[in-house]
Amino acid sequence: MNSLQVNVEFGGGAELLFDNKKTVTISLPEKKEKWTIEHLLIWIKDNLLKERQEMFLQGNSVRPGILVLVNDTDWELMNTINYIIQPNDRILFISTLHGG
Amino acid sequence: MPKCSAKCGNKAILKRPKTGDALCKECFFDAFETEIHYTITKCTLFKPNMTVAIAASGGKDSTVLAYVLKLLNKKYNYGLKLVLLSIDEGITGYRDDSLNTVKQNRDDYEMPLKILSYKDLYGWTMDEIVEKVGRKNNCTFCGVFRRQALDRGAALLKVDCIATGHNADDIAETVLMNVLRGDLARLKRCTAIITGNGSGDGIPRVKPLKYTFEKEIVMYAYFRKLLYFSTECVFAPNAYRGHARMLLKDLEKIDPTIIMNIIYSGESIRVSENTSLPSLTNCTNCGYVSSQQLCKACVLLEGLNRGLPRLGIGKSSRVKQILTEEKYNNLNSNSCVEAKNCLCKNLKDNSVNLK
Ligand SMILES: [Zn+2]
Ligand SMILES: [Zn+2]
Ligand SMILES: [Zn+2]
Repeated sequence: MNSLQVNVEFGGGAELLFDNKKTVTISLPEKKEKWTIEHLLIWIKDNLLKERQEMFLQGNSVRPGILVLVNDTDWELMNTINYIIQPNDRILFISTLHGG
Repeated sequence: MPKCSAKCGNKAILKRPKTGDALCKECFFDAFETEIHYTITKCTLFKPNMTVAIAASGGKDSTVLAYVLKLLNKKYNYGLKLVLLSIDEGITGYRDDSLNTVKQNRDDYEMPLKILSYKDLYGWTMDEIVEKVGRKNNCTFCGVFRRQALDRGAALLKVDCIATGHNADDIAETVLMNVLRGDLARLKRCTAIITGNGSGDGIPRVKPLKYTFEKEIVMYAYFRKLLYFSTECVFAPNAYRGHARMLLKDLEKIDPTIIMNIIYSGESIRVSENTSLPSLTNCTNCGYVSSQQLCKACVLLEGLNRGLPRLGIGKSSRVKQILTEEKYNNLNSNSCVEAKNCLCKNLKDNSVNLK
């Protein structure tokens, strides 16, 4: 089995949707197509996000106002949902929607 | 992997919503700080030797504001004395963490901090208010009391000016809300980068982050490793603002410049001379600037203290009328307050003239 290891992180209040977990290391199962962030979001929805999915997801992407960084780079520079995930990528979701 | 648009040779880390530029970390810091400096100098937000209270909640905006003001004050010799001012609403568990963050800001940025509680200022904690009015209505109190608390705190600290962390997204959202509500008086005020500068209009408030996008504030805090606190309001969120915010975020996804365009629209609106706007006066009770004889905070407080906590939730013209009626007719019954349908009878019709 060649699973794909990824570090998923949450910040800016997004962690409140994930039992206050700020970092999760996950193993994505092997599949025919390459893993993209779009696929990862579905995986997160099915495996990590138990409730209030609309607070995190909208359509096939994140809810507008949630920033995504791949290895500390804005995903808007990396093809957003179509980015192909590499082993040990660090994917960070930061909410701008939560108050302070 | 894209390179920095500034041609410095570094790897870009962020796409700027305002310009679409891809910038590296250093060029982003520089652009972010320089733009705020430009806003401060172009709009003359400060004068040398001023004492400026930064309204500090421990959240992203005020944390970034405190950090950047400290940095710019030093770099450009503004000659400002910066202090942090925090409000403790007394909501169990809600402010504890954020106040700890503010205390961290105080230590990290070496600024004096003043924390004022609602109990100090109003005699009521939010928990006590919730007990009276229920969770559905408490944010009315939350907002009104917070607005005035800053002014009272600022007066107490004898500062010359209050700086708040309102960012471009916040202001666009407020413009949108005021358009949807047809609130001309607030629409005129909400885009102003300095308010309260006129005579008898309280301590001036400035918004140095007025043209700064929320995305960049969060990215800046992240890359500068600034510690901030984020939470949802533990009580029911303000539904109206929530809807406006979501609409704006959806629009922003299509084209981020919509934010600047909405602010610009708000700034450009001219109200026809013959439109009567509620003129601002000072509250006869506390002196705070108000469109009514009694400011909203005093109305709410009066309601609480008299055991009619729902007084003041809703249209203020209705409240004023009720208070007037009660004062002059010496009514004991509050049936009018309870009757939902009396609201519509008192809604004022502001004819909107947009040129
Ligand atoms: Zn650069
Ligand atoms: Zn609230
Ligand atoms: Zn008053």
